[in-house]
Amino acid sequence: MADIRNNFVGIKSPNPFWLASAPPTDKAYNVERAYAAGWGGVVWKTLGEEGPPVVNVNGPRYGAIWGADRRLLGLNNIELITDRPLQVNLQEMKAVKKKWRDRALIASIMVPCEEEAWKAILPLVEETEADGIELNFGCPHGMSERGMGAAVGQVPEYVEMVVRWCKQYTRMPVITKLTPNVTDVRRPARAAKNGGTDAVSLINTINSITGVDLDTCSPTPSIDGKGTHGGYCGPAVKPIALNMVAEIARDSETYGLPISGIGGVTTWRDAAEFLMLGAGNVQVCTAAMTYGFKIVQEMITGLEAWMDEKGYATLDDFRGKAVPNVTDWQYLNLNYIAKAHIDQDACIKCGRCHIACEDTSHQAITNMVNGVRHFEVIEEECVACNLCIDVCPVESCITMVEKQPGEIDKRTGKVVSAEYANWTTHPNNPMAKVAAE
Amino acid sequence: MGRLEPGIHAGRLSPAEYEKNFSELHPVFSDHEALVASDRCYFCYDAPCMTACPTSIDVPLFIRQISTGNAIGAAKTIFDQNIMGGMCARVCPTETLCEQACVRNTAEERPVEIGRLQRYATDKAMGAGKQFYTRPASNGKSVGVVGAGPAGLAAAHRLAMHGFNVMVYDHREKAGGLNEYGIATYKATDDIAQKEADYILSVGGIDVLDGEMLGRDFTLADLKAKHDAVFLGIGLGGVNALTVEGTHEFGVVDAVEFIANLRQAETKSDVPVGRRVVVIGGGMTAVDAAVQAKLLGAEEVTMCYRRGQEHMNASLYEQELAASKGVLIRHWLAPKAVLSHSGHVTGITMAYTHLENGLLKETGHTVDIACDQILTAIGQTLDIAGLDTIRIEKGKIVIDEEGRTSVAGVWAGGDCATGGEDLTVSAVAMGRDAAMSIIKALA
Ligand SMILES: Cc1cc2nc3c(=O)[nH]c(=O)nc-3n(C[C@H](O)[C@H](O)[C@H](O)COP(=O)(O)OP(=O)(O)OC[C@H]3O[C@@H](n4cnc5c(N)ncnc54)[C@H](O)[C@@H]3O)c2cc1C
Ligand SMILES: Cc1cc2nc3c(=O)[nH]c(=O)nc-3n(C[C@H](O)[C@H](O)[C@H](O)COP(=O)(O)O)c2cc1C
Ligand code: SF4
Ligand code: SF4
Ligand code: SF4
Repeated sequence: MADIRNNFVGIKSPNPFWLASAPPTDKAYNVERAYAAGWGGVVWKTLGEEGPPVVNVNGPRYGAIWGADRRLLGLNNIELITDRPLQVNLQEMKAVKKKWRDRALIASIMVPCEEEAWKAILPLVEETEADGIELNFGCPHGMSERGMGAAVGQVPEYVEMVVRWCKQYTRMPVITKLTPNVTDVRRPARAAKNGGTDAVSLINTINSITGVDLDTCSPTPSIDGKGTHGGYCGPAVKPIALNMVAEIARDSETYGLPISGIGGVTTWRDAAEFLMLGAGNVQVCTAAMTYGFKIVQEMITGLEAWMDEKGYATLDDFRGKAVPNVTDWQYLNLNYIAKAHIDQDACIKCGRCHIACEDTSHQAITNMVNGVRHFEVIEEECVACNLCIDVCPVESCITMVEKQPGEIDKRTGKVVSAEYANWTTHPNNPMAKVAAE
Repeated sequence: MGRLEPGIHAGRLSPAEYEKNFSELHPVFSDHEALVASDRCYFCYDAPCMTACPTSIDVPLFIRQISTGNAIGAAKTIFDQNIMGGMCARVCPTETLCEQACVRNTAEERPVEIGRLQRYATDKAMGAGKQFYTRPASNGKSVGVVGAGPAGLAAAHRLAMHGFNVMVYDHREKAGGLNEYGIATYKATDDIAQKEADYILSVGGIDVLDGEMLGRDFTLADLKAKHDAVFLGIGLGGVNALTVEGTHEFGVVDAVEFIANLRQAETKSDVPVGRRVVVIGGGMTAVDAAVQAKLLGAEEVTMCYRRGQEHMNASLYEQELAASKGVLIRHWLAPKAVLSHSGHVTGITMAYTHLENGLLKETGHTVDIACDQILTAIGQTLDIAGLDTIRIEKGKIVIDEEGRTSVAGVWAGGDCATGGEDLTVSAVAMGRDAAMSIIKALA
């Protein structure tokens, strides 16, 4: 049986599934239920400064988009950091950690961008014997209006400065949680690294409006007729998160920096994908909020089963394996030629591939052959764009078949070459680097 | 010889018709169908389907595992609770168990297809020869299990998993109990009962002795002397006989025996059936006998039940299945006398019945139904030979909530014991739970 024990910057947990800092980790009651259900670790709901806690709205704080069958695809929230007194949280954290020694417990912190504020809270958190801290530079609503959260995360200089304070005032490992609401996530990641962070975690939620109520003319969720942008998360954001994780994993300046992958993790497969792209573990929020803590059992058993099937004994056996395969467009092999192929036995003749290709792509799929409804790829036209595969309702009905070297590409009439050649050397590229004679 | 030959004959149909009739009722899901079906599950909290399953399979978890491409993991979730999850997926009346409880019924009157999803996962694991349980070193203790049916095998497996040496005694040649000899052919195709028994026994530590009958070859006292504990899973070996005139005539057959012969027949075309058949009874056995008589080529099959439709033990789904196969179900008719000519059945006289102050009474009117074969399915009974002084009530061995009988060191479960539902799945649950009680007692 695969061993899925996790060691993230020295923080050990029985599995790589942590709950992200959010309502599921807001208090001892939830956290203990989560541990009992099998979660390997939790990042406690973000703590704020000592003093009167923040207040939340008393109307709806979530919005969502669904599939036709009410499957929740994306969740949006306007919740702030914890609205419970700091001391209560700290006491509970300490008690919980004492009781659950084998699980990871991380304190998430967000205080004003002043050295004194960080200096004041860090010893209090250390007292709890939490395994590490996570700096919340991500919250995109409310807190950012007060100069915290994403307002810090969007300025690399601030990120570096705060991380540096933290490294100075605590011995606990520091995880810097990044906001995706930036143009280039590598810049705050580099800044965190320069400040000495032990790891980064990403993504926090994405600025969004989930919908507009067409009767009240207000964005949803609507509070007394008004709405505000919230943070988007859940399955819908996974592709964005995967890209950002990959960008940091392969950036020469941050290469090797431990990453806790967050964003849309719902199944074991999502987690495996994050790990392959270089994440050391994953954090989950929306999946737990949708299905309850028990969902982790599917993740654990699924990951173990897949690892057994692949012969991976530990997480390190596949972690980061996809990183070398993430590259820039300019390095993709332009001599790689493929053609779509339709399995006529599997085809149910819905015509979606044809119309997608006919109206919006390359007119490379028939709809009628000899007066009979028939869908077949015209290799002379097919550019292998993949659109037909993406719209076909039958899994594996259309596949991309790689042309072997020596075969003729019927579209160009050229012989397929075995050589690798990319844009940097392509004759059409005005900037092509011609190999020296 | 043709399909309309009067009397009881084999070979009424063409080989192709036999083949079609006895093929599987519900073929296994394809991967795509399984994904679509699993996608409908809500992953309910404290799921009603799980509560409705006598073996408490974690339905939401295993369906979620299927939906994430982990069918093997789903099978383990199933087998953890029910080692006969494969057979149960085929034979459980899901319409009165898990699927009846599914919350999707409330919204759409169409439950998640739990049974077929269970079938999909267990087939994948068994097909891949995937074993999930290993037997630890023997703990030196031995348990005697009488009966290799669902109850006995479930108990044996659980005990073996905990290191016990298990000896299973069964007087029949093949293991599986009614899985092998009773379940309708079209629910248990492809020799699944034997494949499943082999799969269960392969955990190790279980010896099966066939041809060994309690009450004939050994006594309960012998077993108690030989083993540290005894589990009785002997099912209901006897049947209620029809007590009307003429039952000795040629053509009156016990339905359970009729089905057992059919199940054991290598080629179904060798199994004789009447041109016109009357089945007496209103339960699952009656429906199975009636449907299979029809599938064997009987021209007319009439099922007669002495009470109303609402009292029938066969579920609505089973009744509809029978009707769809061309079986005529008649209610409020009780057998009165078998009609015969030269020792062969020619028909049966049925009395009309009704309820009078809650009691079943004949109305005084009768009807004759012409037939050449009568299949009786009016209940099975406990065979008490060899049970010594064990406490029996209402025809069942009395057990407590852990499966303990009135005799110390003897447990019982399945159809032979009180508290079950006379279903494969409840026999499995009782066998498993009695094993856990034995494990606790011998710890
Ligand atoms: C025709 C028919 C159709 C059915 N269809 C369904 C269905 O579709 N779905 C469903 O859930 N349930 C169905 N059932 C019920 C189901 O088969 C039983 O509830 C289940 O098999 C009970 O399991 P068991 O282990 O208690 O007994 P059994 O399956 O009866 O097994 C008892 C075993 O003990 C052996 N035995 C008996 N006496 C002795 C003895 N003295 N010494 C040694 N061995 C002995 C027998 O040979 C047998 O192998 C059906 C039953 C019948 C009769
Ligand atoms: C209601 C809600 C509240 C959140 N609160 C916090 C928070 O206090 N601190 C924080 O770092 N992230 C917070 N998050 C962001 C999550 O930790 C996580 O980064 C994000 O939801 C993406 O993961 P997911 O797709 O698994 O939900 C919150 C998310 C939600 C939905
Ligand atoms: S989930 Fe609970 S707290 Fe939230 S609105 Fe519904 S009932 Fe109220
Ligand atoms: S989209 Fe798929 S199923 Fe539909 S016609 Fe094209 S190949 Fe066939
Ligand atoms: S009741 Fe239905 S929807 Fe709910 S968990 Fe069970 S099968 Fe799924």
